[in-house]
Amino acid sequence: MTAPDTTTDPLYTAREPIFPRRVRGTFRNLKWVIMVVTLGIYYVTPWIRWDRGPSLPDQAVLIDLANRRFFFFWIEIWPHEFYFVAGLLIMAGLGLFLFTSALGRVWCGYTCPQTVWTDLFILVERWIEGDRNNRLRLHRQKMNAHKLRLRLTKWVAWLLIGLATGGAWVFYFADAPTLLVNLVTLQAPAVAYLTLAVLTFTTFAFGGFAREQICIYACPWPRIQAAMMDEDTITVAYREWRGEPRAKGKNRRRAEMQERVARAEAEVAAAGPKQGGSPFVPMPGMPKGVGGEIPAKDSLGDCIDCNACVNVCPMGIDIRDGQQMACITCALCIDACDEVMEKIGKPRGLIGYMALTDEKLERAGGHPRRIWKHIFRPRTILYTALWSAVGVGLLVALFLRQPIGLTVAPVRNPIYVTMSDGSIRNTYDVRLRNMQHGARPFEISMDPVPGLTMTLEGTEGATVSVPADETRLQRVYITAAPGSAPAAAERTPVRVWVDDANGADRVKDDTVFFGKGK
Amino acid sequence: MSDNLHTNRKPGDPETTGHSWDGIEEFNNPMPRWWVYVFYLCIAFALIYSVLYPAWPLVNRATPGILGWSTRGDVKAEMTAWHDQNKAIQAKLVATPLAEIKADPALAQFATNAGGAVFRTWCAQCHGSGAAGNKGFPNLLDDDWLWGGTLQDIHFTVTHGVRNADDGDARYSQMPAFGKDGILDQTQIRDVVQYVMSLSNAATDPKAAEAGKTVFAENCAACHGENAKGDRTQGAPNLTDAIWLYGGDRKTLTETVTNARFGVMPAWGKRLSDADIQAVTYYVHSLGGGE
Repeated sequence: MTAPDTTTDPLYTAREPIFPRRVRGTFRNLKWVIMVVTLGIYYVTPWIRWDRGPSLPDQAVLIDLANRRFFFFWIEIWPHEFYFVAGLLIMAGLGLFLFTSALGRVWCGYTCPQTVWTDLFILVERWIEGDRNNRLRLHRQKMNAHKLRLRLTKWVAWLLIGLATGGAWVFYFADAPTLLVNLVTLQAPAVAYLTLAVLTFTTFAFGGFAREQICIYACPWPRIQAAMMDEDTITVAYREWRGEPRAKGKNRRRAEMQERVARAEAEVAAAGPKQGGSPFVPMPGMPKGVGGEIPAKDSLGDCIDCNACVNVCPMGIDIRDGQQMACITCALCIDACDEVMEKIGKPRGLIGYMALTDEKLERAGGHPRRIWKHIFRPRTILYTALWSAVGVGLLVALFLRQPIGLTVAPVRNPIYVTMSDGSIRNTYDVRLRNMQHGARPFEISMDPVPGLTMTLEGTEGATVSVPADETRLQRVYITAAPGSAPAAAERTPVRVWVDDANGADRVKDDTVFFGKGK
Repeated sequence: MSDNLHTNRKPGDPETTGHSWDGIEEFNNPMPRWWVYVFYLCIAFALIYSVLYPAWPLVNRATPGILGWSTRGDVKAEMTAWHDQNKAIQAKLVATPLAEIKADPALAQFATNAGGAVFRTWCAQCHGSGAAGNKGFPNLLDDDWLWGGTLQDIHFTVTHGVRNADDGDARYSQMPAFGKDGILDQTQIRDVVQYVMSLSNAATDPKAAEAGKTVFAENCAACHGENAKGDRTQGAPNLTDAIWLYGGDRKTLTETVTNARFGVMPAWGKRLSDADIQAVTYYVHSLGGGE
């Protein structure tokens, strides 16, 4: 009944600290550019001004929770138009599917906030504590004044970045310049400080300490992505058939020498025995028939096992172990390996972007297929089509939407009122929306129905003024003359119209008139 | 099935608790340190908390705690805060003549909301939450008013009530119980009921209705008027329209004439603040029946 003890690994292991080495190259440059652009957008956006007239905020991007409005440059979203947000979320989801099925985890590797901020934190760390070797040495040192000074400097720098991150976030929810002054003079609302504190702390903890653990343990995306990828997905991979068997330094030189000697001896042997004299030594100074085991030609791969790819990896993995869940495809190992390959005079691309189908082809000695052949396949075309359909739908909805609106809600308590002359009256709560930047006169009317007349509470005519960017609730009465068909019927369909008396906009809503019934 | 409880335990493993189920044993590992510290922290918190806040149940109530905190106190403080916040606009509402409230959108908005709250709290029991009334309790949405439907009329009715003993200024009138007190006999009552029904074209016996006309002129016209249009100064309903407080069918009308009606409304001036009455007056007036 004793279970065999196959593993000595404990269930819990402490995190191995990772000290990514600095790397230079195409992908690293691309990542710098993406970092500057994404962080730039994030930090700068709340400060862009946009004139909307005197009664509205002049911040280009503003989520105005108190007034329930979302401003995005010339677009203003009201709560009843929340489907735009839902649509954008669907597009974000489909976009993520598309990019993952085409290019693997590009989102994770290049643009995910966790990756970008961690990258920034590592950069700051390197400026303060030095590159990988210095940081390793510092890590192993006992705490002393020097180490404490470096650590404190680093943490303060990280905290400042965290503070700026949280700071930028709250600016999206209020007028940025006003809020900044209020924050500094301690007059901002408590929720602003709380948000600031929470985001500062999470940025500090996630970017400084948790780092790759967020990707591996906390984020659900690595677990979902496997279903998004297939053998045509282009992702970062190690050309194992080219690199293996790997060997470094002494072993490699020895093996190469053996190979050259063996080749020379073979040539000599092939030339036939020399007539007389001493035996020909093909390579003077070299031992004849080195060692016992002479490896076959090309027995060594291109990988010199320099560990450059491992040392630069922010996730602390070895890409040569093959595709793995922890790989965020940041492509830094590509840069690191290419640098080494150039130095030793081998072709670049021992580690590179590659699809699984290419792997089979290349292993068999063929050439990889063109990139577009991998990218254009039914799956990605379907994702693109769905993504575009939602996008086009949203754009159409955005441009076709009316700047005015109404909803008509029959008051059902009571369903109808009998008036002294025997007429039957229904009451409706009509909500008039004016989504424009000036007060508008709205004229309320209905499609004519014999026997029905419309009146407004508190107003003689049929026109009410709705202030700029507001909703007005107006009680509207529809009365059926005594003995008329609608008074006797159980329900009569009614169509209510609202006209912008100053413009051409016209909207309608359908409701019913309740009569006495049977 | 394991005879020896410790077969699975290897040297270096922690002690087991001695529990074994189908050979699966339970290590007696110590709790994680962080957990233990949090546990101690909770104990400390509980001790401090039980001194500061209500905690230990006694016979009638719990220990009050030295901070004197209670949920009721919280509610009271919150209500006081809201009342204080409303004080300024309530004073303004009382100072503003009823007819001028409408001109001030903020004040009108407050009067509508506050009046609605007052109505749903104090008036809805009889008049219904939608103000549509009930048998014997007038519908406030229509254009028929027993005592008048202008802002002033409504304000007076709300303040002093109808036929109550608490307020000397209450609206008062009393219909005689024509049948019960023997003023009219069965035939006269039948006739006058037919006559009243004929006023709204609902009569079924033209002969009786004709006879009832005289009965009406002699007994009813004093209050309900020669033409039966009613009299608001004494709360006598208009009998010619389509609206009936108790019902316009023969049976109900016979009941009304025989036993009379005596609807009562409390004098809210004694119970509600001036601002509340002002607000509920404005609210009722705005429901569609206001004159």
